[in-house]
Amino acid sequence: MIKHLRSAADLDAATATLILDTAAEMAALSGREVKKLPALRGRTVVNLFYEDSTRTRISFEAAAKRLSADVINFSAKGSSVSKGESLKDTALTLQAMGADAVVIRHSASGAPHRLAGWVDGSVVNAGDGTHEHPTQALLDAYTMRSRLGRLDGLRVAIVGDVLHSRVARSNVLLLTTLGAQVTVVGPPTLIPLDVAAALSSRTRVSYDLDAVLPDSDVVMMLRVQTERMQDSYFPSAREYSRRYGLDMPRMKKLPEHAIVMHPGPMNRGMEIAPEVADSPRSTIVEQVANGVSVRMAVLYLLLGGK
Amino acid sequence: MAQPRADAPSKIILADSDLHRVVDRIAHQILEKTSGATGTVLLGIPTRGVPLAHRLAARIHAFEGVDVPVGSLDITLYRDDLRLKATRALGKTELPAGGIDGLRIILVDDVLFSGRSVRAALDALKDLGRPSSVQLAVLVDRGHRQLPIRADYVGKNIPTALSESVKVALTEVDGADEVRLIGGLK
Repeated sequence: MIKHLRSAADLDAATATLILDTAAEMAALSGREVKKLPALRGRTVVNLFYEDSTRTRISFEAAAKRLSADVINFSAKGSSVSKGESLKDTALTLQAMGADAVVIRHSASGAPHRLAGWVDGSVVNAGDGTHEHPTQALLDAYTMRSRLGRLDGLRVAIVGDVLHSRVARSNVLLLTTLGAQVTVVGPPTLIPLDVAAALSSRTRVSYDLDAVLPDSDVVMMLRVQTERMQDSYFPSAREYSRRYGLDMPRMKKLPEHAIVMHPGPMNRGMEIAPEVADSPRSTIVEQVANGVSVRMAVLYLLLGGK
Repeated sequence: MAQPRADAPSKIILADSDLHRVVDRIAHQILEKTSGATGTVLLGIPTRGVPLAHRLAARIHAFEGVDVPVGSLDITLYRDDLRLKATRALGKTELPAGGIDGLRIILVDDVLFSGRSVRAALDALKDLGRPSSVQLAVLVDRGHRQLPIRADYVGKNIPTALSESVKVALTEVDGADEVRLIGGLK
């Protein structure tokens, strides 16, 4: 097993499948009365969150606690970071406290890579800038597999703000490793030529959502990340929504069995219409529940053994 | 525990017909000791305890027409040697629809050795419910207990040296039925 989970590229098909299988067992255990398992007793997991997060932080915390690990939550607000402490000095503090794993979310791409060089424990990337978010990709893959029964040959459309999306990047890497056919869809400003060229070895690129929908088993809508957009990438929210938003008429173009995913948080009415988000085809709430099982699997596989 | 080398000498302790007779005998003993196996659940410990539990249930059905629910109980997350070895993959835990509360649980495993697997199984069981009692059935008891644990039903007692290992093969998992003793000084 690998020591760190910094990128979805750290995972080969066998390791990724092991994580998904382990997550399935963890999910079965989550249904019982006593949800706590003793596997990580005495281990310390630090949640190091430099960026706001609801579901990822809570999900990692729940996962670590269900495995009986001790959890220390650290958020940049209200810590010495606001006094100007650097990531390295924070890392050395955590190291001195004996953290067995550090789950890090940071606005700088590559922060988990740097951190892994400073601490002895395992580093889990919980989202770094516009780079990667591997556990989100794992829970998305898990959700697809449990809804549709397979990943190999599955046709997945990832739609929207591909340029800024760490979810898209990790999903492209993981899903293609597991044999899915991925198409990224979005306005040319959000899939610029260099990004399209970098992706082209693994995925198809399209700028026309309506053409892609009838041939998709999964459509994953990305959040339009206004907080990362310094320039204007499209003329207006309304125009974006009309061309790349998933509304009811568009959802009807999907095959009967197809599912609609969103990593959250959603901009209802922007990239996804409220009635689509709340339809039975949407797996958005399921994805959150699966997130705990998948993160339990990751923590167990990274920390459970020698 | 040191494993004997792959090319170490081995001898068959139970051939397939012996193994079937042993399973039949345990099934009879369960019926006798539990007065007809009512209110009883068989829980196999993966990997080979699970097919053994199914075989016992099938034999009990054949002898007395009683349907005994069968499940599996994975003990990986409860092992006390989790940290001493590389991470292990998890097995399946599947409880029968009726659960285990208030019932007599018979844990089924292939080999009883140190007793640590059984301790882990007892810990796992306690998180799943509250059985009225717990018993243990094993195909082979090879001795060398490290904990105060004993089996209620034993297929065969095999005196072994620590340098030897006992390998149970079952058709469902290994394609053949036999019990082998591997290694030793001879």
